[in-house]
Amino acid sequence: MEQKVSNNNIIMGYTRSDLTNFLIAMILSFVAIPLVVQTDYWYSSILIPWLCLALAAIGQQIVMGYAGQLALGAAGFMAAGAFACFNLILRVPDIPFFVALGLSGLVAAAFGILFGLPSLRVRGIYLMVATLASQFFIVWMIDKFGWFKNYDTSGIITAQDIVILGKPFTSPLEMYLVILVVVTVLTVLAVNMARGSTGRNWMAVRDMDIAAESMGISLLKTKLQAFAISAFYCGVAGALFAFTYLKSLEPVAFDIKLSFKILFMVILGGLGTISGAFIGAAFILLFPVLLNSVGNNVFHGAIDATIISSIEQVVFGALIIIFMIYEPLGMAKLWGNIKQRFSKNK
Amino acid sequence: MTEVLFFIEVVVAGLLAGTMYSLVALGFVLIYKASSTFNFAQGAMVFFAVLAFVGFMELGLSFPVAFVVTVLLMVLVGLCTERLVLNPLMNQSEDTLLMATIGLGFVLEGLAQAAWGVEVRRLDLGIGDFPIEWIIDVFGLFVSALDLTAGIVAAVLIIGLALLFKYTRMGLGLRAVADDPGAASSIGIPLKNIMLLVWSAAGVVALVAGMMWGARAGVQFALVDLALKALPVLIIGGFSSIPGAIVGGLIIGATEKVLEVYLGPFFGGAIEGWAPYVLAIFFLLYRPEGLFGEKIIRRV
Repeated sequence: MEQKVSNNNIIMGYTRSDLTNFLIAMILSFVAIPLVVQTDYWYSSILIPWLCLALAAIGQQIVMGYAGQLALGAAGFMAAGAFACFNLILRVPDIPFFVALGLSGLVAAAFGILFGLPSLRVRGIYLMVATLASQFFIVWMIDKFGWFKNYDTSGIITAQDIVILGKPFTSPLEMYLVILVVVTVLTVLAVNMARGSTGRNWMAVRDMDIAAESMGISLLKTKLQAFAISAFYCGVAGALFAFTYLKSLEPVAFDIKLSFKILFMVILGGLGTISGAFIGAAFILLFPVLLNSVGNNVFHGAIDATIISSIEQVVFGALIIIFMIYEPLGMAKLWGNIKQRFSKNK
Repeated sequence: MTEVLFFIEVVVAGLLAGTMYSLVALGFVLIYKASSTFNFAQGAMVFFAVLAFVGFMELGLSFPVAFVVTVLLMVLVGLCTERLVLNPLMNQSEDTLLMATIGLGFVLEGLAQAAWGVEVRRLDLGIGDFPIEWIIDVFGLFVSALDLTAGIVAAVLIIGLALLFKYTRMGLGLRAVADDPGAASSIGIPLKNIMLLVWSAAGVVALVAGMMWGARAGVQFALVDLALKALPVLIIGGFSSIPGAIVGGLIIGATEKVLEVYLGPFFGGAIEGWAPYVLAIFFLLYRPEGLFGEKIIRRV
C-alpha cells in the first residue's frame, strides 16, 4: 500500500494508480459490461441489486465504518427514500427523475438526523437500540398511513417507470446505466468526503470522541452530519432498489433482515473503506446465488431450499466471527494484503 | 368502574407479558455482568433452545428428559461459544464483541433451522392461555394462566440466580470477575469456568423464556424478533442489573399494552412494534445508564 510517490504523480491528491484504477473501472462498467453482457438475468438479478445495495452499504459505512456509530436501521432509511420517491413522482407533475431521487435522499436524511439525535448521548449497543426504533417506526408509519401508499389496499404498489428527458428507461440495461451514473457520482463524492476534512473528523470521533471534542471537533455537527449523509445514501439506494430491482413498493421489503444484510456487507467487506462496501455487497449477494446453484447442480435439488438458506445464515454468521478474530478490517484489507504480497514495488 | 377494572386488566396483562421480556433480558444481564459483553445472540439462543426442546420432544423423549437434554445442549453451546468466540476475542473492544455475537446469533438461528426445520410448531406445556376462573370470581379480573405461570417462573428463576450468586463459591468468583477480570484471574479464579457457568445459565434462562414464548405464540422464527424487544428493556433497566431487567420488562410490557389499547386505535394499531424502542430513546436521553445501571464514566 505504501508507495513512493513524487509530486508530479499526484493529481488533485490522487496518485496516478488511483486514477488508472478509476478509469479502468469506468471503462469496464460503462463500456465493457454493456457490450459483453447481453442476458437480462445478469442485469436484473446481479448487477442492479449489487449496485443498489452497495450504495446503501456506503451509507452504512459512513455512519459505522467512518464515524464509528453503531447504527442498525439502514433499511428504514431505504424505505423512507423509496416511498418519498414514489410520492414525489406521483404527486409532483413533470418532476425530473434525478430531482425526485435527490429529494427522496433528503427526506431520508431528515429522518437520519432525527434518529441520529440519540447518538449525541449514547454509543455502542445503546445507540443500536435507538436506531432500531427508526427501522420499526418508519416501516410502520408507511404501512399504517394510507397516504404514503396512495391508499392502495393490495399491499403491493407498482413502481412508476423511470423517465429521463422524456425517454423511458425500462429495459434492464437502461436501468443499469441509470443506476451506474448515480452510484458513480455518489461514490466519488463519498471517497472525497472520506479523504477530506469531513472524513477526518468522522474518524477522529470514531477513534475517540472525547479526544476529538477536546481538539475542537464539534461532536454534534460531526455525528449528525454522518447520520444525515448516511441516510441520504440509504434513501437514494432504497429508491433505486424499489424502482429498478423490486419494481414495486412494499414496506415489508425493507424489514430488519435487510438492515442486518447491509450491516453484514459493511462488516465483512471491511469497516472504514468505500471499496469494502462494494466487496461486501457483492459477497452477500453472490454467496446465496452460488450456494443455490451448488445445491441445484451438484446435489440436484436433494437438499431442501430451507436447509440451503439456513446454511447461508450459518456461513454469514461464522464468517463475521472469523473476520472479527483474524481480520477485523474485512475483505478489503484481505484483498490489500494479497495485492501487497504479489506487488513488486514494495 | 368497569373502565377502571379494564384498565387494571390491561396493566396486569402487560405486566405479566413483560415478565417474558424480563426473562430474555435476564440472559443478557447475566453475560453482561460477567464479561461486559452485549450478547446480541441471546434472542437466537431463546429460539435455538426452545426449538431443540420441541425437537427432542418430537423424537419421543418425555418432558423432563427433553428438558435435561436441552439444558446439556445449551451448556455445550456455551462451551463452544466460550472456546471459539469469546476466548480469541478477549480484551477486544465492546463493539467488536457485539458484532461477533451478532454473528453468533446468525449461526445459532441457521443451525436451529437446519436441524429442526422452519415450520411453526406448537408447544403444549399443559397450561392454557386462558383466564383463571377463581381470579375472575374473586377480583373480577381476567388474567391468563400462562401469563401468571410466566410471572411465577421468572420470580423463581431470579431468586434462584440471586441465591446462587450470593452464597456459592462460584457466585463469589463470578462477582469477582465482574468487578475486575484481571485481578480475579491473578488470584486464581478460573475465568474459563466462570464464563462457562454464565453462558450455561444464560442458556437455561433462554430455554425457559423460549418455552413461555413458544407456548403462547408458537415455536417459530418470529421469536427472534420478539427477543429483540429485550433490548429496550435493558436500556430502561440498565445492562448490569438483574432487578433492572425485571423492572424494565414490567415497564415495557405494561406501557406497550396500555399504549396499544388506548392509543393504538387512533394510529391503526400495531404500535407495539416500535413503542418500546421509542420509550427506550426517551430513557436514553434522560438516563442513559438505565434505572438500576451503574453510571457510565468514560475517560480519555
